[in-house]
Amino acid sequence: MSIRLENIAKHYGPRARALSPIDLEIREGELIGLLGPSGSGKTTLLRIMAGLEAPDPAPAGRIQFGERDVTRVHVRDRRIGFVFQHYALFRHMSVYDNVAFGLTVLPRRERPSSGEIRARVHRLLEMVQLEQLATRYPAQLSGGQQQRVSLARALALRPEVLLLDEPFGALDAKVRQELRRWLRHLHDELGFTSVFVTHDQEEALELSDRVAVMSNGRIEQIDTPEALYRAPANRFVFEFLGDVNHLEGEVREGVLTCGEARLAVALPDGAAELLMRPHELALAQAPSAEAHLPMTVTAVSPVGAEVRVELAADWLAKPWLATVRHTDFEHLALARGKRLYALPRRWHRFDDDGARPTARPSLATTG
Amino acid sequence: MQRIGDAPALRRLLIGAAVALSALFLLLPLVAIFAQAFSQGLATFWVNVSDTYTLAAIGLTLFITALTIPINLVFGVMLAWLVTRFTFPGRRLLQTLIDIPFAISPVVAGLVYLLLYGRNGWLGGWLDAHDIQLMFAWPGILMVTVFVTCPFVARELIPLMQAQGSREEEAAVTLGASGFTLFRRVTLPNIRWALLYGVILTNARAVGEFGAVSVVSGAIRGETNTLPLHVELLYQDYNTVGAFASAALLALIALFTLAAKAGLEWRAARREALA
Repeated sequence: MSIRLENIAKHYGPRARALSPIDLEIREGELIGLLGPSGSGKTTLLRIMAGLEAPDPAPAGRIQFGERDVTRVHVRDRRIGFVFQHYALFRHMSVYDNVAFGLTVLPRRERPSSGEIRARVHRLLEMVQLEQLATRYPAQLSGGQQQRVSLARALALRPEVLLLDEPFGALDAKVRQELRRWLRHLHDELGFTSVFVTHDQEEALELSDRVAVMSNGRIEQIDTPEALYRAPANRFVFEFLGDVNHLEGEVREGVLTCGEARLAVALPDGAAELLMRPHELALAQAPSAEAHLPMTVTAVSPVGAEVRVELAADWLAKPWLATVRHTDFEHLALARGKRLYALPRRWHRFDDDGARPTARPSLATTG
Repeated sequence: MQRIGDAPALRRLLIGAAVALSALFLLLPLVAIFAQAFSQGLATFWVNVSDTYTLAAIGLTLFITALTIPINLVFGVMLAWLVTRFTFPGRRLLQTLIDIPFAISPVVAGLVYLLLYGRNGWLGGWLDAHDIQLMFAWPGILMVTVFVTCPFVARELIPLMQAQGSREEEAAVTLGASGFTLFRRVTLPNIRWALLYGVILTNARAVGEFGAVSVVSGAIRGETNTLPLHVELLYQDYNTVGAFASAALLALIALFTLAAKAGLEWRAARREALA
């Protein structure tokens, strides 16, 4: 079922603005991630979709599920599935009773027979691979198991909209990975529309069809993960979606200078700040004609597909991060304390107000 | 290495002092009550207990307690629900108001009720004109008993409900539960032990309340005399055995209440160990 928000705003008290008026359209069957730092309004937005929170009455907003206007519909009648960050399982009920809850509180006319409830709950428990734990209590389960129960419980009423509030936030990295993949699979198989909140960019980019990046109660950009990463709409999105290296300096006659560092740039004279991703940096023994950026290695982490190298220099306020291939790592004989030169392959620049990139040329490198 | 305060001599001294003081101040008086009550044999005790006025006092005390408990149960749950599940202006003030009965002396509470509802009181004239008598009758006793016991249930529930938060209730609503279903199937099971505990405390206090009741009851034998008041009356009549026989009854109720409380705590501890 599609979800459509128009002009949804939220204030807690006259000064505390949680959401600026927001428009958002989610297509049927999409999996959308709401990504942002804490306090960006992502959970508030999700809770408004669910009906757990009411949007500001004026200016009047509108929430539509498919053709149905649910703006004034109570949570209990919105027919959504909601998964809470800390699971919110009923602690005094067994796993089975937790999952069956939604079915057993249906009005008598709509309630399935007790035999059918039993069959459905067992199917759900099978789906989340917890059948053998049906008689356990929530306190006896691990975090990952609890979250699976909470998913099964939310899906028991076959909702067409599934809302998840930081569903994997409290789990350890490995379980999180596993559950993420499993949720994606479930989503594709059952075909509901999902919206989930996360502050983890990797999670948002890996799991979602589209990601809405939020800050300060606004949606900064909503796009596919690839488009977000390749073409961030503004500086906030760029900085939030990965590690960023800053280079600030004065441009004079096509050369940016910052202490002893120099970089050839096609920019007008004046102050400039350039941003670079770690993988957009190459490392070399000698400077090139365009770039003279001497640095010292302060830390090396050779875990994973690439080697992460931390770099510092007198002319830098904050250390840089570069990722290099293992072959380059061996070739350059990288070690703490080694002095070398950074060669940017590419850089980004945003206007002073943080909006839209003005230039992002490629630089030929000799590295 | 020795832990702080773990010196054997010091430990024995502290434990010994605690046991001795408890025996002297808590256990001995209790023993004395029963010793006095039975000092002239079981038969005399029985005669005193089955005295018409004593039976009337027992009846009135149980009657008042039986009314107080449900009133405070409903009031306490509603109050706790209100202050833990909603934010509204005056919420903190309300939480402070709950503590008033704890803070002021019961005698003062009794006097205030007399001032308000007595014949010459602010509302007394109107009540009198409509032929309603609250003071020096059981409704007055009920009113002050409810007053002095009203914080017990709410005070037990508020910290628990605050700690548990409203997430489970929110989950129940997203699953379609109505307000009543939600309370019955989610909220109530989570607070039931605290609720029972609050009821036990309310019961103990309602049975034993003396100060506030003595001001508003008038202690008319056979009519508005509760068991604690009856003990005092008998004692002033130089009927020591009778006074202690009634006192023994009160002590028995107290012991029974304590046993119930200990039982609940034991159950709670066992549940914790299982979970």
